[in-house]
Amino acid sequence: MSDSTHDDHDTKPTGLKRWLFTTNHKDIGTLYLVTSLIMFFVGGSMAMMIRLELFQPGLQFIDPQFFNSLVTVHALVMVFGAVMPAFVGLANWMIPMMIGAPDMALPRLNNWSFWLLPFAFTLLILTFFLPGGAPAGGWTLYPPLVLQTGDSFPFLVFAVHLLGASSIMGAINIIVTIMNMRAPGMTLMKMPMFVWTWLITAYLLIAVMPVLAGAVTMLLTDRFFGTSFFNAAGGGDPVLFQHVFWFFGHPEVYIMILPSFGVISQIVPAFSRKPLFGFSSMVYATASIAFLSFIVWAHHMFTTGMPIAGQLYFMLGTMLIAIPTGVKIFNWLATMWKGELTFETPMLFAIGFILMFAIGGFSGLMMAIVPVDYQYHDTYFIVAHFHYTLVPGSVFALMGAAYYWLPKWTGYYYNEKIGQWHFWTSAVFVNVLFFPQHFLGLAGMPRRIPDYPTQFADFNMVSSIGGFLFGASQLLFVWAVISSVKGKQKAPAKAWEGAEGLEWTLPSPAPYHSFNTPPKVD
Amino acid sequence: MFIKLCKPLAFTTILMVLTIILVPEAQAAWELDMPRGVSTLSEEIFGLHRLILIICTIICIGLFAFVFYTFATCRKSQGVKAAKFSHSTRAEIIWTIIPTLIVIGMAIPSARGIIKIEDTSGAEMSILVTGNQWKWSYDYLNEDKFFFSSLDKASYEASRRDSGIDPTTVDHYLRNVNNAMVVPVDTKIRLLLTSNDVIHAWWVPELYVKKDANPGFINEVWFEAIKTGIFRGQCAELCGRGHGFMPIVVVVETQERYEQWLAGDLKWDSTAQQLVPTNQNPTSTDTLAAL
Repeated sequence: MSDSTHDDHDTKPTGLKRWLFTTNHKDIGTLYLVTSLIMFFVGGSMAMMIRLELFQPGLQFIDPQFFNSLVTVHALVMVFGAVMPAFVGLANWMIPMMIGAPDMALPRLNNWSFWLLPFAFTLLILTFFLPGGAPAGGWTLYPPLVLQTGDSFPFLVFAVHLLGASSIMGAINIIVTIMNMRAPGMTLMKMPMFVWTWLITAYLLIAVMPVLAGAVTMLLTDRFFGTSFFNAAGGGDPVLFQHVFWFFGHPEVYIMILPSFGVISQIVPAFSRKPLFGFSSMVYATASIAFLSFIVWAHHMFTTGMPIAGQLYFMLGTMLIAIPTGVKIFNWLATMWKGELTFETPMLFAIGFILMFAIGGFSGLMMAIVPVDYQYHDTYFIVAHFHYTLVPGSVFALMGAAYYWLPKWTGYYYNEKIGQWHFWTSAVFVNVLFFPQHFLGLAGMPRRIPDYPTQFADFNMVSSIGGFLFGASQLLFVWAVISSVKGKQKAPAKAWEGAEGLEWTLPSPAPYHSFNTPPKVD
Repeated sequence: MFIKLCKPLAFTTILMVLTIILVPEAQAAWELDMPRGVSTLSEEIFGLHRLILIICTIICIGLFAFVFYTFATCRKSQGVKAAKFSHSTRAEIIWTIIPTLIVIGMAIPSARGIIKIEDTSGAEMSILVTGNQWKWSYDYLNEDKFFFSSLDKASYEASRRDSGIDPTTVDHYLRNVNNAMVVPVDTKIRLLLTSNDVIHAWWVPELYVKKDANPGFINEVWFEAIKTGIFRGQCAELCGRGHGFMPIVVVVETQERYEQWLAGDLKWDSTAQQLVPTNQNPTSTDTLAAL
């Protein structure tokens, strides 16, 4: 195909049709990102209701069953609706530009994998209005409890199936694009770190999403077709589900964090004006984390009753993860060391990520120690741990990525002042919100309870206040995004002084098709 | 810029400290750490917890200090020029090996701990603990003692929505039961855990015991209390609507009083919070049907 016919593709349909039928990686990336922002606020409003009920001891506002539904759907929405699609959106926007390709390899598949999401979330959110209410067994869907869900049970299962199918297709697309569409001269070890981490993440997705699909299908047949996979009375075992679920679930948490590592590895060198330290060890560390993630799943299940050998093995495996994760953090610090640092919003979020993800990592290491994990397990200590890795972890990385690439996406800088305010309010309140939860957990407050003994009242109130303020600060992000879309200050092709990579060779905003002629990489 | 970075951090700390001081219920416990516990293993496990907490805190402080030192010395506004180095094999080997050694150092005492926790041999008595939605039942094996233990009436009434009762006026709100589990002190007790419906988890922080109660299977766990007293916990695995409302109360008594309780001469009084003689007029209005 000649270049002139390609140029014709730049005339895109307008209105609803453009978005419904789009096969363009940038349009689909935008759809993913906007959807995930909406789901972030949907899941966030559920979190606000949870913190409101926990503001004081006693039941003030909501029924315990509805509380359990909120806990369950908040997690599902945040994991599958906010964090994962946001990273897929980033992958869609950035991978073709970063490897010098015109678009994703499989554009129609790309369209389909996005458009499954709205249907999946309609099914999921609809369950709040069905008899018996929304699923209330926790996002981990443990039987037999989840089998007590009312009419919404099949909705839950099919929503998970759709989300899984969407993720698998997205992952296939990313692998095929990276493997086949790199510009001439871009060898694997020359790929930007973000592309590397997504390549590894995509393999994780393909490996584990079918496992989740299998697990929920077994739940479905247990409920409706008389099988007894998880029912001891029929020869099954409820703990089997936990093994299958966490075989998916543990790689899943890395699916949510590895692309963040990639984002941070792009931002930190750019604002340190210095190349990423230890590129190849970063790649190997990411690959080791991904490999280890498959063989440590039962550390989520130490209290279920496990042979000593199993406990020892899963403890040691889990502790090993600290080593490659440490390597990554040390490499980022070495990148900043003796650099030429400036602190624009993306860099602030990246630094916030490194410091607070480290806190989440250390509490994770503590939980690997089985004898003490017996005390931490299923308490607010765990809640604090995974929120530290996911909120100032993944979410901060996503915010940093958005601020970093917004000038490339829209062609205009965001309002830096709003960005700075957004960072500082988020960074302060996220700690007011989650740090006291460590104390609550250690003092003995179990997770997933709508009401608590009065000795936990004070820290819960502090945590709730932090929660409301953190939630409110996220509105600043919307303001910052709008300020970039409606922008005043035009961004040049290379929007940041120290930014490196092919995406910064394209004009801002990036053209509809990224590279019609592949760039040459030496 | 560095000053600019420090201010909000100081602000966070001050805000947290101020909230701790100023929130009205300042007299209530601001518990920051795990209870030290009263079982034969608790001292060791608590020590392990403190050890790893201290190691992690020290590394974390070092990490933060390094980052802020970098900020203090490597800012563009100071006119520094970026160095060009991008790898150092020696540094990378060092920061792989040191964490490996720390991890191995922590794994050894942990492994010892696991082996002790799992050793249920030599138990002097066994109790079958069964989780139900949403109460526990206790069956003293080889004794004629079986009872259900559910949330006490005062907590139950205060926990209902629009009850108008302030939970802070209820003694041991949500941590009190109508029938407490009574065990003798200095005795190795084996618990057999199972469930009649969904998965529950039996947890008493001060006894350092937490284990799932799985329907159709039996889990084993043991403890030996070294002190008499009343120790409270609650279900730790999401088990439905009443998950937050199935507390556990363990009364550790002398062998003599335990035997009196077993014989029915003493009984748990949830209002008085102690074992009282059975023939005394009851002060509690609790019934099994409280829930």
